[in-house]
Amino acid sequence: MVTYILRRLLMLIPVLIGMTLITFSIVHLIPGNPAQVILGETATADAIANLEKTMGLNEPYFVQYWNYILDILQGDLGTSLRSKAEISSEILPYIAATFELTLFAMIFAIVVGVNAGIISAWKQNSWFDLAAMLIALIGVSMPVFWLALMEQWIFAQELGWLPAYGRQDSKDPIAAITHLYVLDSLIHLDFARAGTILKHLILPSIALGTIPMAIIARMTRSSMLEVMKSDYIRTVRAKGSGQFLVIYKHALKNAMIPVITVIGLQTGVLLGGAILTETIFSWPGVGRYVYEAINYRDYPVIQSGILVIAFIFVMINLVVDILYKKLDPRIKY
Amino acid sequence: MAEAILELKELSTHFFTDSGEIPAVDQVSFTVHKGEVVGVVGESGSGKSVTSLSILQLIPKPPGKIVNGSIFYKDENLAKASEKRMKKIRGNEISMIFQEPMTSLNPVFTIGNQMREAIRIHQKVSKQTATEKAIHMLKVVGIPRAEDIVNEYPHQLSGGMRQRVMIAMAMSSEPSLLIADEPTTALDVTIQAQILDLMKKINKEEQTSILLITHDLGVVADICDRVVVMYSGQVVEQGTTREILKDPKHPYTQGLIRSLPKLHGKEKKLYSIPGTVARPRKDHIGCRFAPRCEFAFERCFKENPQIYNLGEGRESRCFLHSKQEGERLKDVTTNT
Ligand SMILES: Nc1ncnc2c1ncn2[C@@H]1O[C@H](COP(=O)(O)OP(=O)(O)OP(=O)(O)O)[C@@H](O)[C@H]1O
Ligand SMILES: [Mg+2]
Repeated sequence: MVTYILRRLLMLIPVLIGMTLITFSIVHLIPGNPAQVILGETATADAIANLEKTMGLNEPYFVQYWNYILDILQGDLGTSLRSKAEISSEILPYIAATFELTLFAMIFAIVVGVNAGIISAWKQNSWFDLAAMLIALIGVSMPVFWLALMEQWIFAQELGWLPAYGRQDSKDPIAAITHLYVLDSLIHLDFARAGTILKHLILPSIALGTIPMAIIARMTRSSMLEVMKSDYIRTVRAKGSGQFLVIYKHALKNAMIPVITVIGLQTGVLLGGAILTETIFSWPGVGRYVYEAINYRDYPVIQSGILVIAFIFVMINLVVDILYKKLDPRIKY
Repeated sequence: MAEAILELKELSTHFFTDSGEIPAVDQVSFTVHKGEVVGVVGESGSGKSVTSLSILQLIPKPPGKIVNGSIFYKDENLAKASEKRMKKIRGNEISMIFQEPMTSLNPVFTIGNQMREAIRIHQKVSKQTATEKAIHMLKVVGIPRAEDIVNEYPHQLSGGMRQRVMIAMAMSSEPSLLIADEPTTALDVTIQAQILDLMKKINKEEQTSILLITHDLGVVADICDRVVVMYSGQVVEQGTTREILKDPKHPYTQGLIRSLPKLHGKEKKLYSIPGTVARPRKDHIGCRFAPRCEFAFERCFKENPQIYNLGEGRESRCFLHSKQEGERLKDVTTNT
């Protein structure tokens, strides 16, 4: 297992190099002189020349790239043009916000999706199966922003059960430690606050989790149906085991192998920051961070934001590969 | 003769598919006695697997359904038994092993895990005891390094080893009856012989009755006390192995025996029955073998032959046995 993980990590090196090459070239793909773009049209030639020098823009490309890599390896993601703050520390709370939301959205998607898929396959063509698959079909084809607005209208505005915006009560902000607010409030042993923070998570989690939930339900169902036909399931039944053991032990572990890929992919998509949903729910996540940077032409932030999102994607892939290996002993590399 | 342990009476299992009702098993009757090895032979598609799966109610339903007949296991009709009761029978009273050793074990659990499970479904023992029993059973079926094998996954074993694991698993609850559906078909010849020897040993030492499904008469000659010959879902002939091999009565059985390769024979070309097995159909009229039978006459295409009881437990489903055709039958059997 350890050698497997090490090998997977080694295989990541070319991927990471490719990623940095792309983010590096973003600055150079901007039409015109980057220093000029950064300083604006009114800048003097002197100021531009100065900035070029401090940014190292007059060096050859490979030297620039080399410096860029060295900076990244030291955890230096550059400075925001707008706030003049270090991006590496500025971006953390945003990543934490997106991470927390993704976590809850995926828990919702996996718990509901996998179980609905299992029961649908188990009771194939029953009313449950038909209803679940209809909901799943609606789920994948429904626009997320519409679902989000509907949720806010019904559960926040009309019923007043749940908050519609933000991560917490704005009048009483938390003293953040990890910026994962649920975790932070638990560290503070402030359970009442944990409750309010969880309430804030419900609506956006459902809005974001619905598409993955529907995809996971459909994948689980078809994968389960396939596995249930296999010879080894017949063997388990011939041993005299009950339906529960057949389904939840033998069939599920095999059926989850393809579903894991989908879960990983969907997690990656959500972690990339869902700009629309984050905007509707005023959720201060990476999606919004990068989106605002684009509006302000804050190139270093765009560059580093994309790099971080891509990096998270790659890490999710690594986790999926490790889970694969855990589920399927036949995998060798 | 010893008491009957399994008795099929006019068992019919049909599949209800989009292209119509398929009588895959049609009025099948035979008996397995205590300590006996009974072979079921027939070409591919003759309904051997469906018969054996029906006994444990393991046919996929839908589309399959036992539409008629009874399956008596020690005076209990399994065709009418509840699922709850069947769970107690499967793997405990009657065990089954399958044709496909490569895919019959779950690839994502260790051998030990799957064997322990088989043991603990029916016996209230600790995990530790179950592991010890699993190792013991693996040794009984002749698996070397049994202590290591329990921690390995199916893909790490060869086909022969996997089939041994299946047998060990099937025998772990000391069943009275073992149903083996072509246990050696997927294996090469030397491994085949080893597995058959193992089954003989189990039959002798544990007094386990065995219902052995095969399409290989050589296997039958080697290990079976009695044979049931199936064709297109029906039993066409049955009797003791000796009698059937020496003096086959049904033209289909004769064809099967003629197509056996003879080691010392002078024949240049291997005989094979012309044509292929007809897929069983509900609306079939006449003998199902008639289109391929060299002795078929008018009546064979018009009526379905009944089973003729030829005495001493021998049965044959062929119009050649009706009195007026008796002479012709004699010619046939002396010629082969
Ligand atoms: N799930 C199913 N749905 C429809 N028909 C089936 C199904 N399973 C079996 N049958 C039909 O039952 C008939 C008998 O099949 P069976 O598997 O019992 O043959 P067999 O004698 O075991 O052959 P083989 O030697 O190839 O294993 C076949 O004609 C097949 O079409
Ligand atoms: Mg078969």
